[in-house]
Amino acid sequence: MATRPRITRRFPVWTGWVVALVLFWALWSYGEGLLPWAFDYPKSMRIPAARWISAFTKWLLNEASFGLFTFAEFTRFIAAVLDVPYRFVLSLLSSGFLKGEGSQAVQILPPLSWVAVIGSGALLGRYAGGVRLAALVAGCLIFVLVFGQWQSAMVTLASILVAVPLGVAGGLLLGILAFRHPWFERAIRPVLDLMQTIPVFAYLVPILILFGFGPTAAVVATLIYAMPPMTRITELALRRVPSELTDLGRMVGCTRRQMLWRVMVPASKDPLMVGVNQVIMLSLNMVIIASMIGAGGLGFDVLAALRRLDFGAGLEAGLAIVALAVALDRLSQAFARLRPEPAPVGGIVARHPYLLSGLALILVAGLAGLALPALQRWPAAYELSTGTFWSRVVEWINVNFFDTIEAVKNAVLLNLLVPFKRFLGGLPWAGVVALLAYGGWRLGGWRLGLLVAALAGLIAATGQWEKAAITVYLCGISTVFAMLIGLPVGILSAERDAIWAPVRVIIDTLQTLPSFVYLMPAVMLFRVGDFTAMIAVVAYALVPAVRYTVLGLKSVDPRLVEAGRAMGCTQGQILWRIKLRLALPEILLGLNQTVMFALSMLVITALVGTRDLGQEVYIALTKADPGRGLVAGLAVAFIAIITDRLISASARAARARLGLEAA
Amino acid sequence: MTETPANDPSEGAKLVCRNLWKLFGPRARETLTALGAEATAGRLSAAGLVPAVRDVNLQVREGEIFVIMGLSGSGKSTLVRLMSRLVEPTAGEVLFHGRDLLSASEAEMIEIRRHKMGMVFQHFALLPHLSVLDNVAFPLDVQGVARAEREDRARKMIALVGLAGRENALPRQLSGGQQQRVGIARSLAVEPELWFLDEPFSALDPLIRREMQDEFIRLQSVLKKTIVFITHDFDEAIRLADRIAIMKDGAIVQQGTPEDIVLNPATDYVREFTRAVPRAKVVKVETAMRPAKGEPPAGIVPARTTVAEAAPMFLDGALALRVTGAQGETLGHLYRDDVVALMLGG
Repeated sequence: MATRPRITRRFPVWTGWVVALVLFWALWSYGEGLLPWAFDYPKSMRIPAARWISAFTKWLLNEASFGLFTFAEFTRFIAAVLDVPYRFVLSLLSSGFLKGEGSQAVQILPPLSWVAVIGSGALLGRYAGGVRLAALVAGCLIFVLVFGQWQSAMVTLASILVAVPLGVAGGLLLGILAFRHPWFERAIRPVLDLMQTIPVFAYLVPILILFGFGPTAAVVATLIYAMPPMTRITELALRRVPSELTDLGRMVGCTRRQMLWRVMVPASKDPLMVGVNQVIMLSLNMVIIASMIGAGGLGFDVLAALRRLDFGAGLEAGLAIVALAVALDRLSQAFARLRPEPAPVGGIVARHPYLLSGLALILVAGLAGLALPALQRWPAAYELSTGTFWSRVVEWINVNFFDTIEAVKNAVLLNLLVPFKRFLGGLPWAGVVALLAYGGWRLGGWRLGLLVAALAGLIAATGQWEKAAITVYLCGISTVFAMLIGLPVGILSAERDAIWAPVRVIIDTLQTLPSFVYLMPAVMLFRVGDFTAMIAVVAYALVPAVRYTVLGLKSVDPRLVEAGRAMGCTQGQILWRIKLRLALPEILLGLNQTVMFALSMLVITALVGTRDLGQEVYIALTKADPGRGLVAGLAVAFIAIITDRLISASARAARARLGLEAA
Repeated sequence: MTETPANDPSEGAKLVCRNLWKLFGPRARETLTALGAEATAGRLSAAGLVPAVRDVNLQVREGEIFVIMGLSGSGKSTLVRLMSRLVEPTAGEVLFHGRDLLSASEAEMIEIRRHKMGMVFQHFALLPHLSVLDNVAFPLDVQGVARAEREDRARKMIALVGLAGRENALPRQLSGGQQQRVGIARSLAVEPELWFLDEPFSALDPLIRREMQDEFIRLQSVLKKTIVFITHDFDEAIRLADRIAIMKDGAIVQQGTPEDIVLNPATDYVREFTRAVPRAKVVKVETAMRPAKGEPPAGIVPARTTVAEAAPMFLDGALALRVTGAQGETLGHLYRDDVVALMLGG
């Protein structure tokens, strides 16, 4: 592990910081004339990484070959293989089974009727979590139905139903490989780190080029996005199987395969199901984003509405996404909690009541749908739409409160956002890199300093410094606001259960919402621009700020609080002097997560016209320029890694100081 | 099969450990070879090694309960895992029926474990997703025994441990004691020759523990297995053992029958354990008796009874009892005064 630097005894710890900051300030104030290269990275020294990557992709596409077949043929093959299950599920849920091509297609078998889908959903809910869950799932689906989002929702659901099993299986296999072979684990870990920090837009471009535009490319992107957490959870879960169980496996003479599939995997069912839930939620999030490369469905509706600023339509599609997300999340969580029950004895009907009634329902509903079309397809006349209502509300707000909103927005922009942006933009890159290196060295030793400096240097060397500064500025301000709101809410929630109960429901729900959804209300009220982006990012990043604060405060040893009370501390003293100090490491972790959430949301806010790295990635996506997109995406990942490593190092230092962990 | 010399004292022993070592740490084997006879605990830890088991020699005889007793960290759990080769020894030999287990291939070990060995674990190690029946049948399932046969055998084992009727229950629906009964049934399902029990009752409440010990004694009187039993509880060791080995810091400090150990503790460490043990509960009648002399007394007591068990027979005022061997022959007389002295002496 990183060794803590030896601290010179002659000077207090902070002298080093003072010297470093003074040097930095001197460079910033007086250096521009003397050392212009420290402010503006010289163009001649730039690393043309974007060109290299583009050239490489071109080579992959046109020339790379495995001998028997080319790389392009290989990717097209994967797309074709994925297309088979996708077509099947899509036919089942949405389009029906067709014969023939294009407009001459004849439907041989209609898709599942809405009655069948809602009924099956309710049955699944009843099986996994009882009547209440059944009602919730049915309610969410009925909401989607009556608001006229059914067709899009089924397209989205089809992508998820294909992506999730593949993502779970793939993650499971990779996790098992990582568990069995340490070299594989070492090889895959940095890749996983990068996959989780690189913004999704960045790898949409290469996928678009390699797999073509369409739903299957979206499924590939979803798999890449959703697999890393499953891989990690699998590896961790297998490592945590009690040694007694593996001893048992060996004592009864299990072969390696029996040990894995008969003992270890079943014994880690609980954490693995958490992984499945993660895969489902991430897939949902990604399927929405992937509508940009042709996934269609609800994501496409939101995107289209955003582009033509039709808030009502966008909000409805967004709410349909929320309904789908809530239903899927609660269902998968209920399945994770499901305990095996003693198998009922009896005939096939007694043993599989749910399966058989589901099949019966589908059959009956299908036949009824043939007789009564309204049961097959919800009649458009009964569809509700609040689209115009919401548009009117926004209109009304804008007519009546335009001046107030505009005043607030402008005040924040002019007094806070713009000055901060200018300040960051004017800093010399060389000075920042040096300062980061110093900080890394002080917090986590020379390795960390070197890593941090190298990553920051690479951002400058690939010519992204200015855009990165804008990213840091938006992310920084949003994080500050999120913490300013999240900390007090977290503290209040930790102190009073009456507050925690509703707050918990709210943040649990917020967490299941795909990031896209946050944009809608912000755009509705504040239109496009940095301020809107900031509002959306703050809303999205609030969850970890609250959650980790509560977690940290609640996990403070109650005996220490009691000791404080026995010494006569007031409530305030207990909070400030005992609880917050001890909860500091968790709060720092919360800060870390807040930054990560903010960064991942920031890229999406490119849609509302920011000028940062996210925009760069987004532009690259629309121009199908893989080099530009990946380089900007990697820069975002580097910012994330730098922040993560620095904050983690200080959290570790804090834990060591508190004696919670060996230094 | 390797030949065992005719005069080898280990003849007739089911399991023999010779100069068995387990050191954790880098380059353990080389360091041990280099140090040779000078491998003391201090030198080993100076070399960065953690000695878990040091130079253990023991024999487990056919049909006996061999208890390995030690406090936590004494290496007893590692030792039992060395015997079944779940942990690879650093040096030494483990002979099972005279065959060195350490030279067996992985496939041979799987065969030996599948058919000859059974193990019970401290925390039961039941598979949470399987019913009681499937848990007990699991070792047979792994071997590929057909469903009807393995379930039939599993049912018999479940009945043997007194859980008939709970076959379809899941582990989480059972109490700790019941879960361990399942663990016992499972380890017996393959009819092992050698039965390892790794602190089987330590995770149970004291009352349940007592009940399970009685159950264990009852089972053994039916099954007559060769048993290696691990415990940190000296009273449990005294109660169950034919012979005990006491471990400290990875080495065996004393081996012998419970009576030996209580009457002649080899070190102060052992004496600490024996201090609280009432002698009368350990000392057998054959040790406390005197040579037969004069008129034979009316009452009869078998030689293998403990003094505490024999004591109530003096309640009707008898002054002496006749001590008999396995064939009913008179071995000596047990006098009331000796019994009283022993019992009052604590």
